[in-house]
Amino acid sequence: MRGPHKEAALADLRVLLVRGLRAALRGRTGGVEPSVEDFVQEALLKILDNLDSFRGESRFTVWAQKICVRTAFAEMRRSRWRDVSLEDVINRQGEGAVARSDPLTDPERATTKSIMLADFRRFMDEDLTEKQRVALRAALGGMPLEAIADRMGTNRNALYKLLYDARKRLKRRMEAERLSAEDVLGAFA
Amino acid sequence: MIDEGIFKAVLQEIAETRDREIGCDECFEELDRFVTIQLSGLDAARAMPLVQEHLHLCGECREEFEALLAALRATGEA
Repeated sequence: MRGPHKEAALADLRVLLVRGLRAALRGRTGGVEPSVEDFVQEALLKILDNLDSFRGESRFTVWAQKICVRTAFAEMRRSRWRDVSLEDVINRQGEGAVARSDPLTDPERATTKSIMLADFRRFMDEDLTEKQRVALRAALGGMPLEAIADRMGTNRNALYKLLYDARKRLKRRMEAERLSAEDVLGAFA
Repeated sequence: MIDEGIFKAVLQEIAETRDREIGCDECFEELDRFVTIQLSGLDAARAMPLVQEHLHLCGECREEFEALLAALRATGEA
């Protein structure tokens, strides 16, 4: 990527990345035609900007393809959720029950699930910070980390760590209440 | 209404929360090495357990990992 053959090397890399990304995105774009060439162009800029961070622990082309895939997915997720606010996602959940995936669940079981969900919400209210509650509720609404992070003015990595701390708090609280996550999962099995 | 499938996935993540986990950035840093170990036929999960656990817990990173494998197969790297 440096030196007199840089342009030829870049052209070869572009061809490789386009071929790889087309395969990577097959069946993963939600029916939307992906802008493969645009994603690859953006990725090439990041690759050139970060050449010094390549540690040689894999082939260069594997490292480059990794950056290309990340670039494409980050952009696709942002694009898919562009018109959805945090409030939209959170308000959709309301204070109601979990949407039943099995319409034949008996009433007693449905009641148990509702009680457990109410407890879970209480633990969220009492043990998490406001930011953690917002982030977790958005995640429960299906919003991807990138989209949540953008709206909260942070980045995906910091958000993951925020949610990791939230998980630890909830796990501790649930265990203190003698209600393990496995117990709750069992009710929803 | 909360989607039951998503709620169960979050509960599963809580149940599997470890004392030490790496974040998305660290997983991304190590991913090309992880993939290279895996494609060479060795046990990448055993060699890099923190990456493996992050991929298990983080849907976004897991999706990108699977997509990367598909890309590398298409370009003959796998």
